[in-house]
Amino acid sequence: MTARLKPKHQRLVLVIVALVAIIGAGVLAAWGLRNQASFYLLPNELVADPPAAGQAVRLGGMVEAGSLRTDADGITVHFIVGDGEAKVPVTYSGILPDLFQEGSGVTADGSMGADGVFHADGLLAKHDEKYVPRELKDMTEAQKHQVVAEATE
Amino acid sequence: MIAEFGLAALWLAAALALLQLFGAFAGVRGGSADLVAVVRPAAVVQAALTGLAFLMLIWVFARTDLSVLLVASNSHSEKPLIFKISGAWSNHEGSMLMWVVIMAVSGGLIALIERRLPEKTMLATLGAQAFVSLGFYAFLLFSSNPFERLSPVPVEGAGLNPLLQDTAAAVHPPGLYLGYVGLSVAFSFVVGALLTRNVTPDFARVMRPWVLGAWIFLTLGITAGSYWAYYELGWGGWWFWDPVENASLMPWLAATALLHSASVLAARDALRTWTVMLGVVAFSMSMIGTFLVRSGILTSVHAFAVDPERGNFILALLAIYIGGALALFAARASTIAEGERFALMSREGALVVNNVALSAILGIVLLGTLYPLLTEAFGVRVSVGPPYFNPVSASFFLPMLLVLIAGPLLRWRRDSFARVQRSVVLAVSVGLVVLFGVGVLAGLGILPLLGMALAAAVAVAAFAPLRGRSLRRLPLPVWGMVIAHFGIAVSLFGVACDSALTVEKLAAAKAGDTIAVGPWQVTLDSIEPVAGPNWTAIEGRMTARYDGGEGRELAPQARSFWAPPQETTESALLTRWNGQLYAVLGKEAADGRWQVRLWWKPFVTWIWFGGILIALGGLLSLLGRVTGDLRLRERRRLIAQRHGEAVS
Repeated sequence: MTARLKPKHQRLVLVIVALVAIIGAGVLAAWGLRNQASFYLLPNELVADPPAAGQAVRLGGMVEAGSLRTDADGITVHFIVGDGEAKVPVTYSGILPDLFQEGSGVTADGSMGADGVFHADGLLAKHDEKYVPRELKDMTEAQKHQVVAEATE
Repeated sequence: MIAEFGLAALWLAAALALLQLFGAFAGVRGGSADLVAVVRPAAVVQAALTGLAFLMLIWVFARTDLSVLLVASNSHSEKPLIFKISGAWSNHEGSMLMWVVIMAVSGGLIALIERRLPEKTMLATLGAQAFVSLGFYAFLLFSSNPFERLSPVPVEGAGLNPLLQDTAAAVHPPGLYLGYVGLSVAFSFVVGALLTRNVTPDFARVMRPWVLGAWIFLTLGITAGSYWAYYELGWGGWWFWDPVENASLMPWLAATALLHSASVLAARDALRTWTVMLGVVAFSMSMIGTFLVRSGILTSVHAFAVDPERGNFILALLAIYIGGALALFAARASTIAEGERFALMSREGALVVNNVALSAILGIVLLGTLYPLLTEAFGVRVSVGPPYFNPVSASFFLPMLLVLIAGPLLRWRRDSFARVQRSVVLAVSVGLVVLFGVGVLAGLGILPLLGMALAAAVAVAAFAPLRGRSLRRLPLPVWGMVIAHFGIAVSLFGVACDSALTVEKLAAAKAGDTIAVGPWQVTLDSIEPVAGPNWTAIEGRMTARYDGGEGRELAPQARSFWAPPQETTESALLTRWNGQLYAVLGKEAADGRWQVRLWWKPFVTWIWFGGILIALGGLLSLLGRVTGDLRLRERRRLIAQRHGEAVS
């Protein structure tokens, strides 16, 4: 059938195909962003309005001093991430990032489990003041110091 | 003194760019010949001056002249010389100087050799080039001066981020910059053609080598960057959909589309408006990439300086260039006459599908990259990662590959499917065999499975254009196409295998323990301290046996650099033809055992081999085009000469 189309109509078909594809891409992207984007949360936000178990979120805060312990297998770690207001227990299996330490900032990718523990699949740690987690960047200096002081007590 | 010399050269170059702009403007308006005569020399001398400034910067870095602020904050006297030199562009100011140098050298090159376009179009192009350069000169001189002095002079420098003290990291930025700037040259040609209403196949032929060159460097830059992230970060992944990675991927997607549409314009005088539009989009993507990476809007190893002033500066440049170009496009698009027509079932038709799919993927990546920034403006923080990018972009990438199977076999203008049926059926059957063969053998995810099947089909189809042709007389650009398309298949196969077949093992081990990962048996022999030129490390000595074969040594390290003080993990790799064993040494547990993370990644190296093949294809094509152009020029010269003799 296409072979019988006039050239002008063929051009029209091409334009329509292109438009449909671009609109399709837009719709698909909007759908993907609604469903697949994961939210950045501070511990207090996570506690106040917990996400559904299994939904991907990103948790940012300070590793509480003295909270880090390792299981007998030597690779599963447990620690508490806090922001001065709330605390979230986190568990992670893997090698801790180079800059990970108690009392410094961390960003954890993962999801809440049914047990109320945050299961992290990945950790990012930056302890240089240039690399405070984004969540803490907007706090005033005093707030920041307070959080760090509380976390390192 | 050296620094001041460099700075003076930069100011002079900026002044020449201004002169070039005025001269070109006069030329386009039909003004005085004296002013016009200055345009080409101004471009050439600019190239020399900026090159000189760059050499001066490398010199102060090589000597570790700490009275220069940039050296003091990024270098250190106890650093290997090679990294002192690469340190000259592993920072914000130096990398922007490199950008300006590459831009000026390209401008000089066009001014020196390009004579095929009408002189007016050429002048408009050089004027556009000068206009774009001026923005970057201003950015460099007013907000990112690399030669700024520091007083008092510090005793020692702050050092270079150890993650960047690496060969791939020294190669990756120049590669990407050559790509970005190459696209700026294409952009200048587009502006020149639009201004003088001269969107012709000749314009596409002149622009094509620059797009090809930019695309080759982008391909190499992305490949090197991906391999760097893979072995240096120690996370075992090769692509994270990080905004910074996307910033380099988007110009590549646009350049790939532009490359294919420019071919249509050059060969068939069709897709005029679309090609011009893509030229604007491709450079916009370079600018957006630079903005994302350099503005400090993102926190990453690339965000050297978190400085809102610079971000605003780049944003303003972006608005001027892109806004201006789009306005020009809107004003002139209606004057571009409709090009040659073609049937749906033709080479052009297939290339339109390629362009539409690439544009759709570009849109998807752009939306996903900007979405977190948009929502943040409304106070909601989100991150967009692989769960979005992988399936959404694959839904356009995989259909595009289906068209890639048949497209290169089709003739220009009009063709019938029956003519190419045999090759297509062969390729598709190979794909189906892989689909069902692998699908029955192992329960893999749907995307990796489709990826493997399409990789097989595309690999077969890539060579189909060679059928029935004399291999010795085949033009280089056709070889380039075949190899680049084959490279896509190789890369895709590596990606699919890595995502479907990777085996990971995490364990705490003491000396003498053996860990099994996939077909490998890895024994931790001992843990030793070692030292390098500017670091100390703990090294895990391991012996790995593949399928009980001969033992091979493997030594991942946990390194501590002292300038600046920072710890990094150095992964260790064992490469076989069919994959890589990847080992990372972690922390010491309280009971004296060491954390070890091992991956067996079948065919992962094919990802980067594919990238290199794609770039090689581009190189062959570029060589073919350039030698073709030179031969044509030589023939024209001879004809003109003979003609001259006949007249006299």
